[in-house]
Amino acid sequence: MKHSLAAGVVLLASVFSQSAFAERNYISIVGSSTVYPFSTVVAERFGKSSKFRTPKVESTGSGGGLKLFCSGVGDTTPDITNSSRRIKASEVALCAKNGVKEIVEVTIGFDGIVFANAAEHAQASFSTKEIFLALAKMVPAANGSEKLIANPYKTWQQINPALDNTPIKVLGPPPTSGTRDAFVELAMEGGCSAFPFIKALKKSDPDKYKAICHGLREDGGYVEAGENDNLIVQKLAASPDSYGIFGYSFLEQNEDKVQGSLIDGIEPTFDNISSSEYPVSRSLHFYVKKAHVGVIPGIEEFLAEFTSSRAIGEDGYLADKGMIPMDESRRRAMAADVKALTLLGQ
Amino acid sequence: MTDQLTTTRSKVEQGMARRRRAEGRFRLYGVLSVGFGLLCLVVLFGNILSQGSSAFRQTVLQAEILLDQEYLGLNNQSPVNELRNGNYEGLIKQYLRNTAEVSSRSERRALYGLVSVGAHWQLQDAVLANPDLLGSTLSIELIMDDNVDQWFKHERDEGGAGRLNELQLGWLEQWVAEGRLKSRFSTTFFTNGDSREPELAGVHGAIMGTLLTLMVTFLLSFPIGVAAAIYLEEFAPKNRITEIVEININNLAAVPSITFGLLGLAIFINIFGVSRSTPLIGGLVLTLMTLPTIIISGRAAIKSVPPSIREAAFGLGASKMQVVFHHVLPLAMPGMLTGTIIGMAQALGETAPLLMIGMIAFVVDVPGFITDPSTVLPVQIFLWSDSPEQAFTERTSGAIIVLLTFLIMMNTVAVWLRRRLERRW
Repeated sequence: MKHSLAAGVVLLASVFSQSAFAERNYISIVGSSTVYPFSTVVAERFGKSSKFRTPKVESTGSGGGLKLFCSGVGDTTPDITNSSRRIKASEVALCAKNGVKEIVEVTIGFDGIVFANAAEHAQASFSTKEIFLALAKMVPAANGSEKLIANPYKTWQQINPALDNTPIKVLGPPPTSGTRDAFVELAMEGGCSAFPFIKALKKSDPDKYKAICHGLREDGGYVEAGENDNLIVQKLAASPDSYGIFGYSFLEQNEDKVQGSLIDGIEPTFDNISSSEYPVSRSLHFYVKKAHVGVIPGIEEFLAEFTSSRAIGEDGYLADKGMIPMDESRRRAMAADVKALTLLGQ
Repeated sequence: MTDQLTTTRSKVEQGMARRRRAEGRFRLYGVLSVGFGLLCLVVLFGNILSQGSSAFRQTVLQAEILLDQEYLGLNNQSPVNELRNGNYEGLIKQYLRNTAEVSSRSERRALYGLVSVGAHWQLQDAVLANPDLLGSTLSIELIMDDNVDQWFKHERDEGGAGRLNELQLGWLEQWVAEGRLKSRFSTTFFTNGDSREPELAGVHGAIMGTLLTLMVTFLLSFPIGVAAAIYLEEFAPKNRITEIVEININNLAAVPSITFGLLGLAIFINIFGVSRSTPLIGGLVLTLMTLPTIIISGRAAIKSVPPSIREAAFGLGASKMQVVFHHVLPLAMPGMLTGTIIGMAQALGETAPLLMIGMIAFVVDVPGFITDPSTVLPVQIFLWSDSPEQAFTERTSGAIIVLLTFLIMMNTVAVWLRRRLERRW
């Protein structure tokens, strides 16, 4: 009792004097759960092959990561944040306000979002318009008028007679997910732009445009299956008529169980995503605080490893993990910029 | 008179059958609910054990590799950093090329992909441990890639191919026939930290993180909790303020645990600048969470000490301090310890508050001190369940088995302590 009391006091004391002795000597990375599986692989290899400690990678989501990243400079703030979208102007402003004025942007490659079903069934093919009509909360009435009605479609055949006569049931991520953001922006918006009167709203009434194009139905046609893409893959294997939405890396790792549907006639394959032909793909980035380079040991070396061809090149180890690499000339230019620590916007 | 008696009796007898039936039904409900609970438990354990037991086995390839001094450019006098940088990967590739026939580049890639990317670290470790091995032939069990591992453990019996192609299956079947490809107990699962390669991922880092976090939690929450319980029960004046404090402690015990995470983020990280993702901050937050449990159980334990003990001590002239510390506390200790262990077991399984303070992180290095970045077991389970590679599914169940073992151990200690130290009056 006496001993544990004394130990407790010592511990408390150490808590409050901690900032004095704990100069962080490892890289701290936060951000997107989509980039996490790639960032961690690089971090692990970097830790094993260099004299530096293995960087710590947190999965906080792109928005959460940028918020932490922009909270200030100093060893209690992260050095790098991963993002499955580009940094927004509002976030750059927040960073600047907190003293993070110099940011280096690094693009690492692409990720496709797939619309998939179980492998033992026929491979499907949809247009983005059909996906929009199947999943949106409000859709234009079928008679061609500009009136929006609550989504009446129950089966795929009702949307397009050429499709299967199976009920619409799509498993996908919840609103907190970056995958969902990207899916909504690329597939749903792509589909709703097919209606000229909705497209016109984008300029005249952006809020309404967003509400129409980004609103997913809540009557059971779209099922929020949680952030866990593995769970969606497992559920698809068990239920024959449903489709799922998840990142390409999960398709790549589970090709014996699920298959990606064609979207606008393009199959989600490595080559199609890399050439940007597949419509639902996005670029992946991370952002580095220049003020931390040279203070936290190993950042320069980590950047060199991450932008090297053996990591993100066409035959790199991240390609084996399902990331879609950019072409070699672009990678070289980007690696040179990163080496020179060229700032965002320059 | 007798008439009345018979009517009463007949009324009772009429109702008797109904009352017996009611009792019978009630017993049946009881048995059914206990049975349902047990069934759920059996299904849960059965499911986890059947999925997770294969995580403790690893497929390996028995290989005889010549540690060629000329090829590596090393000898047993070379300095450590040269030994570390040797091209062990090349040695393994060379070995594989000699053992299977390959021609094209894509075939070579397929062949190299069968062995784990971590296999050359096995060679490196062996050489670093004993540089005299250089120049001799090393007999080693090379760790295979997770695709091979999954195929060998699961798909092979059903004739499936998993994620392997025809060519790879041909090589593997040949190695199986030669008795070189085999499954052995996976020590890496217990000695490695996290990894993105399922075959190299282990729970050692998470276990160390859990132990360090629980140590911080225990060292802080036990003395504070016990002191608070003693003060509130024995010394505090019975007035409004004490009452408010008591009510609030009881309320805190029912607060959702994620709230403590937010509190920890706001106070410990933002104000005191404790670094994120360390056992220290994890322990501090879990202390907040377990304190109410410890205080409440501590007070109950003090209350259950019979007044006669106190009165006897007072009668012999002991001061209040002496009564409490010499007589009441020793008798109340078993109850307090039980409460503490149950509080710690609760903390062991917690992820929600840790979410806010950055412990949901990928940490490869095994933490050695409370300021090193680390994660804990339940977080490790969460992270693995979210990984794309199929082999992580069984690792997840494997880690759950480890976590359950810990929980059962802690609860057994709690029961044992209670049995051993408890006194009856």
